[in-house]
Amino acid sequence: MDFISILSIFVLACFVGYYVVWSVTPALHTPLMAVTNAISSVIIVGGLIAAAEAGSDIAKWLGLAAVVLASVNIFGGFAVTERMLAMYKKKDK
Amino acid sequence: MLSFLAPVADAVADAAAHGGGTPAWAMLAYLASGVFFILALRGLSSPATSRAGNRNGMVGMAIAVVTTLVTHDIANIVEIGIAIAIGAIIGIVIARRIAMTAMPELVAAFHSLVGLAAVVVGWAAYLNPGAFGLLTDAGIGAVSKVEMGLGIAIGAITFSGSVIAFAKLSGRMKGSPILLPGRHVINLGTLIAILVLTGMFATAAASGTMPLIVALTVLAFIIGFLLIIPIGGADMPVVVSMLNSYSGWAAAAMGFTLGNTAMIITGALVGSSGAILSYIMCKAMNRGFLSVIAGGFGADASAGGGGPVEQRPYKQGSAEDAAYMLEQAESVIIIPGYGMAVAQAQHALREMTDLLEEKGVEVKFAIHPVAGRMPGHMNVLLAEASVDYDKVFELEDINSEFAQCDVAFIIGANDVVNPAAKTDKSSPIYGMPVFDVDKAKQVFFIKRSMGGVGYAGVDNDVFYMDQTVMLLSDAKKIVEEINKALD
Repeated sequence: MDFISILSIFVLACFVGYYVVWSVTPALHTPLMAVTNAISSVIIVGGLIAAAEAGSDIAKWLGLAAVVLASVNIFGGFAVTERMLAMYKKKDK
Repeated sequence: MLSFLAPVADAVADAAAHGGGTPAWAMLAYLASGVFFILALRGLSSPATSRAGNRNGMVGMAIAVVTTLVTHDIANIVEIGIAIAIGAIIGIVIARRIAMTAMPELVAAFHSLVGLAAVVVGWAAYLNPGAFGLLTDAGIGAVSKVEMGLGIAIGAITFSGSVIAFAKLSGRMKGSPILLPGRHVINLGTLIAILVLTGMFATAAASGTMPLIVALTVLAFIIGFLLIIPIGGADMPVVVSMLNSYSGWAAAAMGFTLGNTAMIITGALVGSSGAILSYIMCKAMNRGFLSVIAGGFGADASAGGGGPVEQRPYKQGSAEDAAYMLEQAESVIIIPGYGMAVAQAQHALREMTDLLEEKGVEVKFAIHPVAGRMPGHMNVLLAEASVDYDKVFELEDINSEFAQCDVAFIIGANDVVNPAAKTDKSSPIYGMPVFDVDKAKQVFFIKRSMGGVGYAGVDNDVFYMDQTVMLLSDAKKIVEEINKALD
């Protein structure tokens, strides 16, 4: 993709982020941080590419390291968010 | 039958032709993954939809990972599988075991991993640009190198900054600010050096880039460290939010390098999320973002508030007194703060709420945006103790109710109820929005001792009001005693 297309997606996504995040209830700000943490680990995509492609052994190992780091975050982040969200409940009356 | 879709397919194929060999369906899949991430955040607008939102996030992540694996050489799928499994086991074990009170340091630790992953991916892309489709005739393109350099720099700052935040939040390092002489000059100089190095890295010939990217990475690690050490404990909500934002921008920068839609959308979402949270936190403390980042707040506990604090008379009460008054009340508002988290008093507090409700007392919780060590910290702890979220209110929603309430019950909070923020222009917390507890008929103030005067180092007039009774004890212990007396 050319730079301008990427930049367009980025700028529009910033605006989407702005409006979506303002609509998050303050009570859920901690889960918000945990889940943003998990999704920002989509950077695992970069690690996977480096790990999968031939060309440089060091790059491959760096890729695998990135995959481990990002996986900790993905699984840990989603799991801890799930655990927190499960606690938010109304009492049965 | 679907021939009307042909123009769409053509357009997609056309887009893919510019996508450095990524098939059209894969680009659409990354886009879908980005949309699922948006839905994940959207779900958090209410506790009722939040869990579905989190599932959307997982779906988005699965789509991104599977798409990447399918579109690339999967010769070493076993190694990749092992890497994912190792990460998954570590992540899930931590997520299961972590105490809710330790959530701020867990989030800081997770931020550091995103930052480090960004650095590592940036380096991998530098060492094997062909794999990422970054090679042009003259080595890596200049624009790609700027994106790569910035991604590595932001990632490194996120990493070392988060490590310091983690150390401070978990008590492995003293929470008080560490002030180096001339730190503003050093920090500014380092930041400028990083930008200059990025420029040099982008324009240098392929053979001369290695020392530049090494210097860039090292300096960025150092500046992350330097930026966070002067910031004190109670400013941590801002720091954690800010690092959250940085981890997003790091992912976005990598997304630019790789031309990956999912990464760019996510990076932008997370970046704005962290930025908005930082803004909310700063506003709740009436402080400028720059002044928080410059650090040093709370370094000198004797400063501010206008001269030495004289000894003033205050009333001290017992758990039995408190239980008696609480029982008689019609409405009670509880204001929890960081002290409640430290004492782990949330469960005892929930029990007290239940006991009072059985006696027909209306109990509400009032939460200040900066209570605790990260945004929403108190809400999670109360949720953990099964407090109904309908009873938990934000500052602006409940502040007008203090004038009508019988008892304001302050547990482990201090600065957020200090009326000096409304009246005393010389006070360091002047202008910060605070709870109007001085309007309540009766105030119970749980505090370990009369010695410490809050994080900002300001004396609090609430201690000395006629209607205030100080309960000087550990928060959990005194609430348990109140529960015993209520029972």
